[in-house]
Formats: sequence, structure tokens, C-alpha cells
Amino acid sequence: MFKIPINFGTRQLVVPGFLLAEGKYEAGPNVYNEGDKFYSTVIGLAELRNNVVTVIPLRGCYIPSVGDVVIGKVVDVITTAWMLDIRSPWLGVLFAKEHLSKPLNVMKEDARDYLDVGEMIIAKIISFDRTKNPALTTKEQGLGKIQRGTVIEVDPTRVPRIIGKKGSMISMLKKDSGCQIYVGQNGRIWISGKNREDEALVAGAIKKIEAEAHTTGLTDRIHEYLIKNRM
Amino acid sequence: MDKKLITEDGRRLDGRRFDELRPIKFQIGVLKNADGSAYVEWGRTKILVGVFGPRESHPKHLAMPDRCLIRARYHMAPFSVEERKSPAPSRREIELSKVIREALEPAIFVELFPRTTIDIFAEVLQADGSTRCAAISTAALALADAGIPMRDLVSSVAVAKVDGNLVLDVMDIEDKLGDSDMPLAMMPSKNLITLIQMDGLLTNEEFAKSVELAKKGCMEVYAKQKEALDSHFRIASKEEV
Repeated sequence: MFKIPINFGTRQLVVPGFLLAEGKYEAGPNVYNEGDKFYSTVIGLAELRNNVVTVIPLRGCYIPSVGDVVIGKVVDVITTAWMLDIRSPWLGVLFAKEHLSKPLNVMKEDARDYLDVGEMIIAKIISFDRTKNPALTTKEQGLGKIQRGTVIEVDPTRVPRIIGKKGSMISMLKKDSGCQIYVGQNGRIWISGKNREDEALVAGAIKKIEAEAHTTGLTDRIHEYLIKNRM
Repeated sequence: MDKKLITEDGRRLDGRRFDELRPIKFQIGVLKNADGSAYVEWGRTKILVGVFGPRESHPKHLAMPDRCLIRARYHMAPFSVEERKSPAPSRREIELSKVIREALEPAIFVELFPRTTIDIFAEVLQADGSTRCAAISTAALALADAGIPMRDLVSSVAVAKVDGNLVLDVMDIEDKLGDSDMPLAMMPSKNLITLIQMDGLLTNEEFAKSVELAKKGCMEVYAKQKEALDSHFRIASKEEV
């Protein structure tokens, strides 16, 4: 099969409408095709893997996906559910039956007694198909209301870098700081340590990762950063 | 009309050739509170664009079940023109808001975000002609900065007929004293026109020539847009060799 070579170098910066490739390829995330022509839809870094053309986005909001664990903030309480801001185009819905062990008796109690506006929740997405708002659950190990610690926000496109290859970055952060760290797929990160200083140190390191996300040798530099600022 | 818009040596009032753009400088990511933003200095025209979304539609009844709603607001600051402009939206601004929205809509993958809204705010800080074209070109960059999936960028430029000559990138005085004005917006790498308007009179041949000239101008604007995105994100992504 005759193939026209791909039109980009490895991890080249591309803009929307950039002609990535022509020929028998497949369109991956952030790529669309018109016949045999493949174009980028966002600003990002282009890649070709196993005949699939993809673009890793540099900017963008979080798009929910079933099974993702996210950190949401309660923005509204309705009779038997809470509406959570999960930094996606749609609000997440946490139904009372997905959060409480017994049914909510609306005659006797108020959903606000359990979760109120402004509270942060670690939750998992159980259904989402763009026709309905993403539904969440907290009925699993490690999920539920955040009681202590710090929550910071990073660009959702930087989440894979903060976790690192096979969790290398995040496990280094945990080991060096002694903090508990939980990275939500939507770019919210919960840090819980012995004291505020430890939490602030980790927050600073994460902000550094976010700013330098696309550089190499970052894990080592963050390690040095943590040791230097440890005092 | 005694003032001439074209000098004896075939130049325009600011010294440009007929097919020459004004100096254009795009900046990206200038507003921290917006999801995406861009600013342009297009000759003496200065426009700031902020993009929000896709986000939950408010009021809710505006939400569409199969696609996202796009709202555009073009607004001229009271100090953007020589005589104070009332800050209330005028007939012209409402029309331009619609025109800008319709010029950008074909480029956005609206079906990916049903029941949501994308808001585009274009604020004209200083007006010197071609503000709708500058607003469209800058809004395309702000949308790209927000990470909203698009088929292509949108580039736009206007062509006017001045003293019988077709000139590219109309400035205020040429718009006011010239014979016609034709803004055009397109998706450059697709060669698809998303906006074309015309004021005044042109013959068929002149119209065809104007479209060709505007397309050529759009390609130049497109090159500037790509350059701006490239330099902004190359610094942001700080790629090491």
C-alpha cells in the first residue's frame, strides 16, 4: 500500500487544522479525518503510534470518562442529589443512594446534613455519554468527603505528567514529602500531610511540574527541589 | 470629496501598497480568568478576546440537546473611537456579534459538547477599521487557547474599493470614504469561506478579484496566527533538545 509520509516530526507542535498525514492511517484522540487526510483539532504535540495519529493536547478542559476518579466540589444541593463541579463542561451528579449507606428520608433529613455547598469530594464516574450529566459514586474504598489537607488545581492536560510513567513521579513525591497525595483525573490534587508546611512544599513541587511538564529529566529535578526546600 | 485616498505614486494614505496588510501582532493567553484569550494590535485597531467554556448553559432553556451553544459578544469600549461611543449595545454591535458567531461556528466541533455553552467576548479597545475581521481572527486564537476542538483556525480580512482601486485590509478612513467594503473570513487550510459581506457597489469582475485578494490576505493573516500560537506554546511547553 502506497503511503504518503506523515507530515510532522516526533512530538511536533501543531495547531488546529494542521494537516498531519495523508494515507491509510487511523485518527486517534484530537485528530479528525476527511477521507485520507488527517488534521489536528487542537494545539498539541503530534505523535504516530501503530498507525494511529494522535495529538497530545496542551490546553483543554477535562472530559469525563467512566472509571475516572475525580475531585469534585459541591455547587448545588437538590432534594436527593448533589451537583458537583468536576471542571468539565458538565456538572457531575452524586445521587444520595450513591453516597449514603441507607436511603435519604427526605421527610426527616436534609441532603445538606451530609454534604453542603463548597465541600470537596473524591468520587468515581460511573456513567457518562454526553446526553446526560456524568453520574458519580463514593461507594468504594478511598472515596468520599475530604476532611482535611489541601486541594490544589492544575491544568487537566498535565495530569499524566504529574503521575509520571507507571506512577514514578507521584510515588517519588509521596516518598520524599511523607504526604498522602491523591491526583484526580480532572486536575484537582488532594494533599494531606503532617503539617501545612509539608503540604505547601508538595503544592510548590506540583506547580513546578505543571510549568515544566514537557521537559525531560523532570523527576530528578523535582527530587532535588524537594530536598533543597525541605529545611 | 476633495481628499485623495491614493497618492500619485500609487500608495495608500499610510504608505501601504494596495495588497499590503497593516502590521499585525497577536498575543495569546493574556487573561488569567478566561479559559482562553488573545489580544491583537492590527495597525491601530486593538482588540481583546476572552473565551469561556464549554460550560453549563445558563439560562438552562438555551441549551441544545445535540450540540453546544455559541454566544459571541462584540463590544466597542466607549473610548475606542474619537467621539465617545455609548457603552450600550448598538444595532451595529448586535449585528457584528451575530456575524462573528456565524463566522466561527463552522470551525468548532459543536456536536462534541451537547447542552453546553461557549462564550466569546470581543472587546474593541481602539477601532481603526476592519474590527470584525480582527475580532474573528483573534477569537479563533482564543478558542484554540481554550483547547476547544476546531476543524481549522479562522482568518479574516477586508477588501475595499478606493478611488477605483481594490485595496487589502481596510482602515477606517478608507471604509468611510471609499466606494465599497467587503469583509471575508475563511478556514485557510480548508479553503472554505465562513463569512462574506459587502457594502457598496462592485462589478462582477471586481467582486471576483476582491475575493481573490481577500483570500490571499487571509493566508497572510493565517501565517501570523500560526506564528503567534507557535511562539506562545513553544515557550509554554519549553521543549528541550
